[in-house]
Amino acid sequence: MGKKGIETLVGLFVLLGMLGLAFLALKAANLGSFGGGEGYTLTARFDNIGSLKVRAPVRSAGVTVGRVTAISLDNKSYQGVVRIEVDRNVQFPKDSSARILTAGLLGDQYVGLEPGADEKNLGAGDTIKQTQSAVVLESLISQFLFSKAADSGSGNAPATPPAAPPAGAKK
Amino acid sequence: MTNPLTLLGQRALRVLRSFGHAAFFFVDILRAVPEAMRRFGLVVAQIHAIGNLSLIIILASGMAVGFVLALQMYYALVTYGAAESLGLVVNLSLVRELGPVVTGLLFAGRAGTSLTAEIGLMKAGEQLAAMEMMAIDPKARVLAPRFVAGIVSMPILAILFSAIGILGAYVVAVLLIGVDAGNFWSIMQSRVDVWRDVGNGIVKSAVFGVICTFVALYQGHETEATPEGVAYATTRTVVMSSLSILAVDFILTALMFSTP
Repeated sequence: MGKKGIETLVGLFVLLGMLGLAFLALKAANLGSFGGGEGYTLTARFDNIGSLKVRAPVRSAGVTVGRVTAISLDNKSYQGVVRIEVDRNVQFPKDSSARILTAGLLGDQYVGLEPGADEKNLGAGDTIKQTQSAVVLESLISQFLFSKAADSGSGNAPATPPAAPPAGAKK
Repeated sequence: MTNPLTLLGQRALRVLRSFGHAAFFFVDILRAVPEAMRRFGLVVAQIHAIGNLSLIIILASGMAVGFVLALQMYYALVTYGAAESLGLVVNLSLVRELGPVVTGLLFAGRAGTSLTAEIGLMKAGEQLAAMEMMAIDPKARVLAPRFVAGIVSMPILAILFSAIGILGAYVVAVLLIGVDAGNFWSIMQSRVDVWRDVGNGIVKSAVFGVICTFVALYQGHETEATPEGVAYATTRTVVMSSLSILAVDFILTALMFSTP
């Protein structure tokens, strides 16, 4: 094979590599969707952020409108400070509220924005005042168990004795 | 007759000396790279020999790995009703780990051995010595172009391995099993990061390219000038490249992906 032929084949090889890279970046990863640097930053304080992670989506009505950019702990109020970047094309009223929600029962956590009714909109660097913490499954279960125990301690007390005699009769 | 302590000392010194020798060899090749780049035709010819000719085995393996991953992951994921995340699982395992590592292992077997055998026979036939006699630096003329070609080819091959693997997974998951195509791509896109996952995978494959090519060239250059010597050096190339790829992969993964 001549020198030109080899050069053409190598060019083809490199071109194929570039096509593969374009495929990986555009089709198989998130370069095409919401990236950084094209939105404005908001801050929200939560009593408990659960297992929220940086780069988690920010959704309003289920539509992704931004991403979590940073998470830190306020050393005075001991609250989790979550900084989110929201798409510039989307504006929220000043009294909007932020919640930490879970996708599915055990899925990833994300920030949900509920729009308020104020006439002014949130601007860059503003803080979302109304927040609702993440639901921690353990505390939910323990609450449920405590209330169950309280119930059976008072109201359901007569329900247990009828079950006992058959167990004793077998002996 | 020799004292065991002396024997241990001898062994340790020999290992250290070989490390030092390899390091000097590495620096020598790096220094010869600019001269090799000036004769770019040599590099292009080597990219053809190393990259183009490895293409078929890389593409076939990537496709097969994609097929099998999709089948097995589907089997595991469908129990939890998460069959749509199949694309994500396949993508992350290919782009982060399997792409660079399996390509590196295949590369050591396909291209590394041929480099070692070629250089080894050149040395056995005293072609390298003859070049030096004619005041041609064999490092710039023979070794450096192959080194550059290996580093260029390896990331391209790894990218193609991952890409064809994902396409293979798409064929099995969407066309054969019937996973929803929209979910297959969108879950993948929402969770795979270009720089963190794809970018780090490419960095990994470039590092493996350096390791593989360097080991192959070093073994070829240091071979004993006999048929057994060349055979032994070729075997050692595969063993050493594979083991160092696996070890370095562990370190790189710990550095790149340890934080969630």
